[in-house]
Amino acid sequence: MKKFMPPIILAVLCFLPLVGLSSYAMHILVLVIMWSIIGMGWNLLGGYCGQVSFGHAAFFGMGAYSSGLLYYHFGISGWWGLLVSIPVLTITSLVIGFICLRLRGAYFALATLALGEVLRVTAENLVKFTQGDLGILIKQRTWVEKTWYFYVILLLAAGSFLLVKKVMESKLGYYFVAIREDQDAANSLGINTTLYKTIALCLSGVLTGMAGAFYMNYMGYIDPTTVFPLYDISIVTVMVVMVGGVATYWGPVIGALIMVFLAEVIRSMPKIGAAHQTLFGILLIFIIIFLPNGIVGDFRKITGLFKPRGALK
Amino acid sequence: MAAQVELFLQTLISGFLLGGLYALIGLGMALIMGVMRIINLAHGDLMMVAMYVAYWLFTLFHIDPYLSVFVATPLLFFLGVGLQKFLINPVMKVESILPHNQVILTVGIGMILANLATVFFTSNYRSTPVSYASKAWYLTDFWKNAPIELSLSAPWSLSFLAAVIITVALWFFLTKTDTGKSIRATAQDIDAALLMGVNVGVMRAVTFGIGAALVGGAGCLFIPIYYLYPSLGKQFTNVGFVITVLGGMGSTEGAIIGGVILGIFESMTATYLGMGWAPVGRFLIFVAALVFLPGGVASILRKQRLGK
Repeated sequence: MKKFMPPIILAVLCFLPLVGLSSYAMHILVLVIMWSIIGMGWNLLGGYCGQVSFGHAAFFGMGAYSSGLLYYHFGISGWWGLLVSIPVLTITSLVIGFICLRLRGAYFALATLALGEVLRVTAENLVKFTQGDLGILIKQRTWVEKTWYFYVILLLAAGSFLLVKKVMESKLGYYFVAIREDQDAANSLGINTTLYKTIALCLSGVLTGMAGAFYMNYMGYIDPTTVFPLYDISIVTVMVVMVGGVATYWGPVIGALIMVFLAEVIRSMPKIGAAHQTLFGILLIFIIIFLPNGIVGDFRKITGLFKPRGALK
Repeated sequence: MAAQVELFLQTLISGFLLGGLYALIGLGMALIMGVMRIINLAHGDLMMVAMYVAYWLFTLFHIDPYLSVFVATPLLFFLGVGLQKFLINPVMKVESILPHNQVILTVGIGMILANLATVFFTSNYRSTPVSYASKAWYLTDFWKNAPIELSLSAPWSLSFLAAVIITVALWFFLTKTDTGKSIRATAQDIDAALLMGVNVGVMRAVTFGIGAALVGGAGCLFIPIYYLYPSLGKQFTNVGFVITVLGGMGSTEGAIIGGVILGIFESMTATYLGMGWAPVGRFLIFVAALVFLPGGVASILRKQRLGK
């Protein structure tokens, strides 16, 4: 049964637009799927390889800008950005990786944190190249209907899911987990830890960047503060995975589902809407203390709570 | 030519003054890093809290920001102790896959603080217009025929002086008192400290409190010369950890030197490249430190000491 879950869910999702959902519902669905791709990317690096990043907004924004700049400077369709973001993000990740991943833990987290900020400032200041705070607007969006966007992002998500699964079932995946569990031990077994951490970073960056490129085409408008924010993208990415379940296949999907819905519900509430980051923060603290492995990872713990006491034993 | 030299020296002076304040931010972070082995990513947001304390004391009761140091530091100390005791400490015991849960937790704390400040105080820019804000001393006042003109802003100098006093006080505390020695012992080797009868749990809480108090003090010193808005914390968290890396993880002497280096560097980028590029400069120096000096300034200091 478990083996057939991904294709079943994919099939159900494929037929979902035919039901005739409202434009708003489709928008939410697209966002959920987009966030689960970003979550999968983060999970590959943070969850499986143990290298926590606080700057996935940097990758997201790079992807979005590589798509937007192509459109703005060359006048070609922004969808090419999906392809172009792959080499762009690979190079970025390689550079960051070879500098920061030689060192342990916190350094990398800090470097990524700073990177997001730096890219935002750069995008704001290179006015001639990126239009600065004006942002980039795609004058004519490809489709009015959300259905096709939905299929594109669904395809990307399915691809990402498959990629993560294949990587984690291969030798590479075992190397990642070994590095996360004990880097010294991994090193002494002859695993080139820097190399494999960099590979994880590249894969993670590319997935996130593609989601960013999609975002550009979907929303039709980006500016530095919408694609490079620390809290609204980088930290939400961490939360998507933490809430859903670190180092699980379905964690990012569940996490994205919960976070997007939560964000929509909280933002729509009057007065409380402005405090959505506070509520997210409280949720994050709650999750870290009580469900450190997320909903999928600690599923047993949750179901255990609802069972009668006797059944626990 | 004279104008160029003048600009350079002026930048150097303001960079040095800024560096003194940065050192205070970096010191708190380095202390926490040394004892708890985590980077406190809510550091800048704690500073923002202290700045709001100073701001409201000034606006409502007309208390000078420099005097509110005495209110904000104890307040931040208890806030820090509370955060450590009730949030960060429980997480240390939780079994989880990720080793960086405490760091993620501090991000969450920072996010809540910044957001609450926005909700309660709006995101308006605020400042404390002290009477001596634009007072300055000029080189020509002392030396009539000076070929170049340099100025020294009064609030900047005052803040710098206060930062130096706090740093010296901290140094006395860490080297001369029992609590200070216990903190240093905990930073050096937790297990050994535990065996020597140091109450490591209390020391952790105290250290976090002191770190918060230091950055709180820095906040009070910053507000007369800077402005205040809820999301300012992020920027100073970045400053803090760049200093920590530059100085060598957890080294207090390194943090002071790192702070001064960063201050001067940032002043230079602001003068010669433009204000907006300061974060980029910060990142460059961070990367440069990682590549060329992974041990930070502390490793150079250690080498010299061994050389003797």
